[in-house]
Amino acid sequence: MHIAIIGNGISGITAARFIRKLSDHRITVISAETDHFFSRTALMYIYMGHMRYQDTKPYEDWFWSKNRIDLLKDRVEKIDTAHQQLLLSKSAPLKYDKLIIATGSASNKFGWPGQDLKRVNGLYHYQDLEAMEKYSENLKRAVIVGGGLIGIEMAEMFHSRHIPVTILVREASYWNNALPLEESQMVNREILRNGIDLRLESELSEIVDDGNGEACAVITKSGERIECGYVGLTAGVHPNIDFLKNTNFEINRGILVDDNLATNIPNVYAIGDCSETRNPKPGRRALEPVWYTGRIMGETVAHNICGNSVPYDPGIWFNSAKFIDIEYQVYGDIRSKQPEEHAILYWEHTDGSKSVRIVYDKKGQFVVGFNLMGIRYRHEVCEKWIRDKTSIEEVLQNLKLANFDPETYKEHEADILKKYQEQTGKSVKLKSKRGWNPVYAFLKK
Amino acid sequence: MDQEVQNSMSLANPAPPFMDGIEKMAAAVGGIGLLLLFVAAFGGDAVQHYLFLVASLGLITVGTITFSIRKYLTKEPGIKNNGVFFSSLTHRGLWGWIAGIVITGFYVLLYWAPEFLGLNEAGNSGLVGLFDPLSYFFKGQPASQWFVYGTLYTLAILAFGFKFILKYRHNKYQIIRTISVMFFQLAFAFLLPEIMANFNLPYYDLKNMWPLNYYFFYDWNINGMLNPESTLTSGQTIGLFMLIWGILMIFVISPVLTYFYGKRWYCSWVCGCGGLAETAGDSFRHLSDKSLKAWKLERWIIHLVLVFVTIMTVAVLFSYFQNNGGNVLLSKPIFTVIVVVLCLAIAGTVRANVKEIRASFEKLPIIIYAILGVIALATVIAFMTGGSNPFIINGGSLRSTYGFLIGAAFSGVVGVGFYPLMGSRVWCRFGCPMAAILGIQQKFFSRFRITTNGGQCISCGNCSTYCEMGIDVRSYAQKGQNIVRASCVGCGICAAVCPRGVLRLENGSVDIHSKTSELKAIHIAEGDIRIL
Repeated sequence: MHIAIIGNGISGITAARFIRKLSDHRITVISAETDHFFSRTALMYIYMGHMRYQDTKPYEDWFWSKNRIDLLKDRVEKIDTAHQQLLLSKSAPLKYDKLIIATGSASNKFGWPGQDLKRVNGLYHYQDLEAMEKYSENLKRAVIVGGGLIGIEMAEMFHSRHIPVTILVREASYWNNALPLEESQMVNREILRNGIDLRLESELSEIVDDGNGEACAVITKSGERIECGYVGLTAGVHPNIDFLKNTNFEINRGILVDDNLATNIPNVYAIGDCSETRNPKPGRRALEPVWYTGRIMGETVAHNICGNSVPYDPGIWFNSAKFIDIEYQVYGDIRSKQPEEHAILYWEHTDGSKSVRIVYDKKGQFVVGFNLMGIRYRHEVCEKWIRDKTSIEEVLQNLKLANFDPETYKEHEADILKKYQEQTGKSVKLKSKRGWNPVYAFLKK
Repeated sequence: MDQEVQNSMSLANPAPPFMDGIEKMAAAVGGIGLLLLFVAAFGGDAVQHYLFLVASLGLITVGTITFSIRKYLTKEPGIKNNGVFFSSLTHRGLWGWIAGIVITGFYVLLYWAPEFLGLNEAGNSGLVGLFDPLSYFFKGQPASQWFVYGTLYTLAILAFGFKFILKYRHNKYQIIRTISVMFFQLAFAFLLPEIMANFNLPYYDLKNMWPLNYYFFYDWNINGMLNPESTLTSGQTIGLFMLIWGILMIFVISPVLTYFYGKRWYCSWVCGCGGLAETAGDSFRHLSDKSLKAWKLERWIIHLVLVFVTIMTVAVLFSYFQNNGGNVLLSKPIFTVIVVVLCLAIAGTVRANVKEIRASFEKLPIIIYAILGVIALATVIAFMTGGSNPFIINGGSLRSTYGFLIGAAFSGVVGVGFYPLMGSRVWCRFGCPMAAILGIQQKFFSRFRITTNGGQCISCGNCSTYCEMGIDVRSYAQKGQNIVRASCVGCGICAAVCPRGVLRLENGSVDIHSKTSELKAIHIAEGDIRIL
């Protein structure tokens, strides 16, 4: 059987690897972006000089032929579902028995005048990085449009080269559609502390052409003109499925897939950023364009293709990011505005760069989510607490189990418990210590 | 898209604003300090004044400190490896090569042509002569090339340790660990032995143990410890203490500490080689080779060196007991018994862990048994036949070959000289026999591991890139598998540079033999599969 995979990102490649682990089927991975799989999350570090492109490749180049995973550098122009073949840009049509579409995301463009000029790009694929690099020499100022996870990365990138940055954020506070108020404000402070020009409640109106087809300035909705040599469009992403418009694929915002990640077309699956689940599990969304879900989908679809029926179940939500120097982790149900039935315990360090937020159900007193800034928590411990509907008091007693900060780092659990007492009047005592042995005992229970 | 554009990416060298004016000046000041040393090396009598030494060392120190303050304190605390792969010094550019060649050259002269540095029995001149005042200050004797080396080595660890602490000032583990290596180098490797030399006691670095200290069991060293012609009345006791301490380190202290903490207690908290690697070598840690090829080579070479030093030491000790009749604590028969017992003990330990060892490398247990068998048998045969050389080649030749090839060329010249070309831990990773022993224990019998945080790894590659031992940390992290590699020195940099908090160095006793079996990022367990 020949399995073709469109896209060599984390989703497509995880699918390829697991199909190879589970079978001897022929596998071809097609990509228009790069010859080999690389970690898109590391693009920023290439620009900053932390790593080279080759350091971002998780597997050495011999890995693919050794595991009999064929790589094809080409663009899929059309999927000929009737004949089960891919029509490619350069190569001959490629027949498949099973097809996995893993084409990822595309940066959002909301119809701004000038959005297709040179010196205007998102930050998603390798070519975006090349463009940033190309236009960085003598760059006097960069303007970033959109305050989210990619925008902050782009800001950090330019900042590392001492290039002045202005960020236009539509919202009143950075990424406040996902971050609760206090954490969002912490990010605002972090950005400003680094000398980056953060413009909240500011929207892009148009990008100005310098007469040669290149951007030279932006104009905001309030009429202000900001001179710049580069415009980064980081106002979110959407599934990269334009090439499937007006075909027999059922698509919404993404390619619609069932519980086993199959599309409406027989023998065709879709995974990762480009897919949209018809029946997301409770607490999950139909579109979840992050690294982790892509990886889990890749694993899941491989099992399904190899004859093991496994429904896609991403488990309890988790994510992480880094806002310049502040690490961010989230486990479970954390929203910018928590519903009424949730109680919130929020502790912030006096230095304003670290915080722990634990959200729990008011009636049942069980924890539903954790939001961390500048403090590392253990994924499996938080997940178990949420899954087992552990009471807030038991979680707090054993809070040190979750602590994943390096050895010798100061521990703040006592302060967090004090905060809980101030809020609820209930006094809770710390029971466990930080470290592996107690965690092992807990996880094996 | 095309080769062309990808090439332009790698050549891109955004011209610094990476070094501002003050940093450049500080670098120049340090450079002048170094230059003064060169001038002394070749300037003959014109520069023999202790002020020249003070000026040189002072400028080096001031330059390094100023540079570090300017480079790191002008930025917010946090990981900022900005420009590491663009810089000429840190990415095998012109400055990197110059540094490598100069340091290698210095080591070559140090080991094999110290007279060019000014060493002279009749009276030092040049670089060595420059350090005479300092040497007289410590121990009332003229300097040797080793004194020059020791002073510069210690200064490097202190100055670059300061730089490192500023760079990682947000990370308490790094700060404490660096203070530790600075302390151990200054106190144990430099001050204490220098002070003891005042009393004609052996020049002994208490933290330097066999087999890293490959001459610990040489005849002159043992005799020096048993019969120190010390000016102290307690000299005899101190010498004996040194001998017993050295043996205790090998058989008790090190195994116990390695059990609890992994080999990091030594390799990145105490050892002098490690100390320089972590401080001065920090700028080069990313140059280590992460390929599978390099790992395969590493495992063969380092264990061959271990076998070499073991055979050499057994031969040397055998000669010692041969020549020093009943004059010593032990005798030849008892030594032979000890060798056999040790071989059996090691074989027994291998037997007890044979499954795990086979998992590492199928034929490994047999190879180990064979080597142990040869050593034990050869010793017994030599003893019974009254011969002097259990391994045919005489101890003296083994000794000098090891000293030249491993002690000098590998450990010194390549070990440090190649920092700017191959990273800071070439010796530690490919050669150090002590690292081999500690590594074996770390892998099979220690509480140490680097825990990976569930499924949080995004495969960015920072951990692998900055691992000085060339461990592909990412390959474990992306599976959610704990990292327990024999070569891991526990420097903690992987955990520090990880942008998502995926790694934690820690110790745990509850799962010593299964600490790497779980793959936390694999989502679908065997039991979840329903075969259609």
